[in-house]
Amino acid sequence: MNVMAKARQLTAQELSAGYDRRTILEDVSLEVPAGKITAIVGGNACGKSTLLRTLARILQPKGGSVLLDGKAVHQMPSRAVAQVMGLLPQSPIAPEGITVSDLVGRGRHPHQGLFSRWSAADDRAVEAALEATGTRAFAERELDTLSGGQRQRVWIAMALAQETDVLLLDEPTTFLDVAHQIEVLDLLVDMNLARGTTVVMVLHDLNLAVRYADHLVALADGRIHSEGAPEAVLTEDMVRAVFGLECRIQRDPISGGPSMVPIGRHKSQLA
Amino acid sequence: MSAAEVHMALAGRRQREGRRVVLALGGLVALVFCLVFLTLSCGRGCLAPADLMAALLGHEDAPGFIVNDLRLPRAALSLVTGLCFGLGGVAFQVMLRNPLASPDIIGISASAGAAAVFAIVILSFDGWVVSAVAVVSGLVVVVMIWALSSRRGAAGARLILIGIGVSAMLDSVTAYVLLEAPAWDRAEAMRWLTGSVNGAQMGQVWPVLGALVVFGGLLAAVSRDLDILRLGDDAAQALGVRADGTRLRVTVAAVGLVAFATSAAGPISFVAFLSGPIAARVMGPSRGLLPAAGLIGAVLVLAGDYVGQFMLPYRLPVGVVTGAVGAPFLLYLIVRTNRNGGTI
Ligand SMILES: Nc1ncnc2c1ncn2[C@@H]1O[C@H](COP(=O)(O)OP(=O)(O)O)[C@@H](O)[C@H]1O
Ligand SMILES: [Mg+2]
Repeated sequence: MNVMAKARQLTAQELSAGYDRRTILEDVSLEVPAGKITAIVGGNACGKSTLLRTLARILQPKGGSVLLDGKAVHQMPSRAVAQVMGLLPQSPIAPEGITVSDLVGRGRHPHQGLFSRWSAADDRAVEAALEATGTRAFAERELDTLSGGQRQRVWIAMALAQETDVLLLDEPTTFLDVAHQIEVLDLLVDMNLARGTTVVMVLHDLNLAVRYADHLVALADGRIHSEGAPEAVLTEDMVRAVFGLECRIQRDPISGGPSMVPIGRHKSQLA
Repeated sequence: MSAAEVHMALAGRRQREGRRVVLALGGLVALVFCLVFLTLSCGRGCLAPADLMAALLGHEDAPGFIVNDLRLPRAALSLVTGLCFGLGGVAFQVMLRNPLASPDIIGISASAGAAAVFAIVILSFDGWVVSAVAVVSGLVVVVMIWALSSRRGAAGARLILIGIGVSAMLDSVTAYVLLEAPAWDRAEAMRWLTGSVNGAQMGQVWPVLGALVVFGGLLAAVSRDLDILRLGDDAAQALGVRADGTRLRVTVAAVGLVAFATSAAGPISFVAFLSGPIAARVMGPSRGLLPAAGLIGAVLVLAGDYVGQFMLPYRLPVGVVTGAVGAPFLLYLIVRTNRNGGTI
């Protein structure tokens, strides 16, 4: 991680977006803190992926705009955006038989011209990404032969090799066991601390989101329900409104921050 | 492994990869060259290389007519159409992430063929105009299949089934036009139904060569983006590749290649379909899949034509030979794809 990230201002202004005639996001305004880790939480299908895809210039907004350092990303060339902002989608596809180092090398695409050859900078970026994600040992293996957790780290390595100042990740920990979830999140914090990369990630685990994020955004039904410091955002009211779930908030003995304990219909000692 | 070791390992691997690509492509070029040589020098009997050279150089006492007027156009047409079919086929297969999505399975070859027959037999067009009609008709069919399978790029079974249906319809159009043709000519009919390089003339070669330069060039220019598109639309766009723009250019290039080749030699059965998967086996996951598929296409047409002419009890047009090879492979792929939705 030798190249330091620049602090980038990523903001959404009165953004609305959706598919065909259906509007999913409505009037979302968001200032992503530069150089910090932001987590987006919310129920299934509330528009988290849609928000990330619109921020990353993949989806054209129906209204409002996304600004990167004051410039509208949807007016910028896609390559120029890709040099500054990366996205690891929820379900990327691995070409059959591709090796780990080949896949990670794909992350260099926005830095390569039509005729330019593989450069020393590309080499350095790939090696640093393999190193940072602990995937160096299987750099020459085929992706299909790895476990789910290893594979996810390889995808993150691809996103790291892109060496962007802003990195968006859509559910980077889903399908991972708890140890691998922690490992991936620790890795993102490492990168954020070492390079100053601005991270925006969608997470399903509220408690991990609260623990790892500097800034928490709770999305409900395509709108921002609340955002701010995780300690302030994670409340029983928020969980009820966003997830429709009763819960208690208690202190996380490890981080010292808040943590949520869900209340279901069964297995409760409450009177 | 230490950082330095990784660096060495990666650099070494890239070198080996590079060498492998060069070696494999070099081998294929050599194979194509041998087959061209075979087509030029051997018929019922074989010419000595010296006689072949003499004929090509136009010496008086050499068998100039056989070599220059019969075999050279035949070899040249086989070469350029094979390259076109191979490139056009693999481009679609990679773009739609499905080996069944090749232009000859999903109706693009059939539509180019039907349009070409219609233009020649009914409208009495010839030359470039026929090819242009074939290209336009190929594009129309792409748009139609796209719309019917409700867009969203990926090659669902839907797109392929619709394509197969469209293909069957267009084949019957071709058959009908041929039946209505004033001068019923079995050889001509075979050309439009299965593909043939019989009676090739250099005049047929030039438009296809032109298409190869123009559309092949376009394909080469987008090939890196096409490779990135294999990671899925979202990942590709996040890497700065415009998914729809790339698909549009790949489609135009592939339809152009296939339509020009089809309007010259007919829809040589299954060459577009077979080339990509064979090239993928030859090249492995390394780069160079597109040129390899083009070369494999040329190998298939040249070898198929030679086999059809001289190695079977009857003389058969090349499309019958390649069709006989391709059909079992199609069955195999359908069985395999049903099991695991395989990619190229
Ligand atoms: N490509 C698409 N086309 C049409 N509708 C979509 C598409 N992607 C998502 N949607 C719809 O948009 C809504 C929000 O989806 P998404 O942003 O993926 O939710 P989340 O990531 O929060 O689970 C869902 O109802 C989903 O069905
Ligand atoms: Mg999602």
